[in-house]
Amino acid sequence: MLWASLAASIATLTLLLGLLYRPMGDYMAWVYSSAKNLKVERWAYAVMGVDPAKQQSWRAYLRAVLYFSLAGLLLLYLLQRVQQWLPYSQGGGNVEPAIAFNTAASFVANTNWQAYSGETLSYSVQLAGLTVQNFVSAATGMAVAVALIRGLAYRRSGVIGNFWVDLIRGSLRILLPISILGALVLITAGVVQNFNGFTQVHTLTGAQQLIPGGPVASQEVIKELGTNGGGFYNANSSHPFENPTGWTSLFECFLILLIPFSLPRTFGTMVGDKRQGYAILVTMAVLYLGSMAALAAFEFSGHGGAPGLAGAAMEGKETRFGLVQSVIFAATTTLTSTGAVNSMHDSYTSLGGMMQMLNMLLGEIAPGGVGSGLYGMLVIAVIAVFLAGLLVGRTPEYLGKKIGPSQMKLASLYILVMPLLVLAGVALSFGVPALKGSIVNESLANTGSHGLSEVLYAFASGANNNGSAFAGLDASTPWLTASIAVAMLLGRFIPIALVLALAGSFAAQDKIPATAGTLPTHRPLFISLTAGTAVLVTALVFFPVLALAPIAEGLM
Amino acid sequence: MKFFSSSSSRTALAAVRAVAVLTLVLGLGYTTLVTGLGQLLLPAQANGSLITNEQSTTVGSALIGQAFTDKLGNPLPQYFQTRPSAAGEGYDGAASSGSNLGPQNPELIEQIAQRKKSIAEFNKVPEAQVPADAVTASASGLDPQISVQYAQIQQERVAAARGLDIAKVRALVEKYTKAPDLGFLGEPVVQVLELNLALDQLQRG
Repeated sequence: MLWASLAASIATLTLLLGLLYRPMGDYMAWVYSSAKNLKVERWAYAVMGVDPAKQQSWRAYLRAVLYFSLAGLLLLYLLQRVQQWLPYSQGGGNVEPAIAFNTAASFVANTNWQAYSGETLSYSVQLAGLTVQNFVSAATGMAVAVALIRGLAYRRSGVIGNFWVDLIRGSLRILLPISILGALVLITAGVVQNFNGFTQVHTLTGAQQLIPGGPVASQEVIKELGTNGGGFYNANSSHPFENPTGWTSLFECFLILLIPFSLPRTFGTMVGDKRQGYAILVTMAVLYLGSMAALAAFEFSGHGGAPGLAGAAMEGKETRFGLVQSVIFAATTTLTSTGAVNSMHDSYTSLGGMMQMLNMLLGEIAPGGVGSGLYGMLVIAVIAVFLAGLLVGRTPEYLGKKIGPSQMKLASLYILVMPLLVLAGVALSFGVPALKGSIVNESLANTGSHGLSEVLYAFASGANNNGSAFAGLDASTPWLTASIAVAMLLGRFIPIALVLALAGSFAAQDKIPATAGTLPTHRPLFISLTAGTAVLVTALVFFPVLALAPIAEGLM
Repeated sequence: MKFFSSSSSRTALAAVRAVAVLTLVLGLGYTTLVTGLGQLLLPAQANGSLITNEQSTTVGSALIGQAFTDKLGNPLPQYFQTRPSAAGEGYDGAASSGSNLGPQNPELIEQIAQRKKSIAEFNKVPEAQVPADAVTASASGLDPQISVQYAQIQQERVAAARGLDIAKVRALVEKYTKAPDLGFLGEPVVQVLELNLALDQLQRG
């Protein structure tokens, strides 16, 4: 019964995404290639003082990304620090500096890790700060992916596009129209959209209850569509006002997956070989389905002390979602960089929780965050091609671009950044006595292996810009607030810098013709090689720490 | 490296202006538009799906669960009971939350054992009949619904406490049971607030 309902839900998702793969992917390719600017866009460029026709070198592109993100970070920090004097403050005070910085870093890095409780931020901060970053951090990720695609498509070029144009178009032509439609769809099911504040009601037993309000639907839709994940409320997408029923849960998963699963088409179209797009799509889909099946199997089994006694792993899950919609959401949110949750991951079975961690540690490439999933997967593809080249002793190439020493250095650095941040964060947390004291006495809600899992999950989530949590961990301590903020920023912007450098080095090359010795990169061999590379890299790096945490707990 | 060249200040200025423009369009413009459309087209849903009784007093939201307990937190036998809640002191609409206790957490295991025992006693059924949702806290702490099994083990107790015919209570449980969307999305659930409100009205009427 559980498996039948899972299969029917996945089939529905596959059908919807399959129908939209071509139109959505080609639409995005047109958005990023069109020579025409809309009227509102011309106005924006005039205000910003940029020439939309002028393309940028990779360095100029990167500089624009960094300055834009820095400006967004400062504004968001400032808004939180003065929120009590802004409209709709609802009596809440200003956010303290460390938490405000952590939150600003988190939303600018497309992570949406929440060291604060959703209910403590005012409506003004939510809409002028968080909602805006939900749009633009997503548009930034997409822009970087498109810049890498251009690098692969261009020949002997010193430029890779214009960041301002990619940012504005991604926001206004892709994210905004889908968000308006999606928000209305969510409101029909009961997602709230108002500025009412709390409504006090007298319950049937005569007690008083506060019913929260807020502009929720507008933020909910972009939080999923932009793979952001920061909940309007503390309970995120498990809150009935964010996710009222079974179909909204699947619809929110659809919104999460729409852009990441369509971008391979954009890639195929823009490099002029649609089969390349299908190969990347299939690689993503295989990993997505495999991981989903494993998570479902662990969760349905209900192994462990509490789930076994209760009869099913229902702690931290909503009745209307049951095990099936909870598992689909959990796999979807951790395999993308979303981090929204419709069930509490901390209370999953030990091995179910391990799958969520593995999904993030895979680098979020199946299908990954908007833009970041595609560029992450293309980096893995570069490494797979290189490994294949080593085996047959030929200079590797991808789409007619040589993978030389400088490209391999950039790709290798890319895949080392995230593990370094995760493992260093965990090691410092337990290796330095003062930090360990803070973790054990102030942060952990659970002891033993599960405590290690909570900290590992936190750094995996931060460094991969996911944002979901084993939420029993109190991450508002000085150490975790600071270290996770740093992990989020470095985990976002170092890979972006490396990808743009890679894009620049590809763009500068000419295209070399394919020969009999070239590995075809649209066949099953390449697909299995790429998927295998992704899994192998993760397994080698993270097996030891996983063995100490969720695996040890799962064997109990 | 000419990374921080003279064009840096131009880029910085463009960045600040871009943030301003996008805050205007995506923050204020977009949120205002969606709020306007929602309030115009779907006001009931956009304002929280509030439920009123026959005196037109608002008693809660169809989507937000309530506790049906006395002032000391003891369950009231005449009402169908909702799930354990980790939101504040229980069903606190300003503090949504799950328990976040791990699968091997001794405290959680103890809680589940106790809930199982007390729910079995309260409803006079064997412990084996108490379903999982009855003994576990939801993710939001505001779960408005319970499983059909949990409603079924409660209906005789409710009928007895109210002196109602069991068939009438059963019929109401059935009436407020919601099938999964499209037959397979989610689980069949019982809407507890609406069910309890209907029971109150039945007795008053």
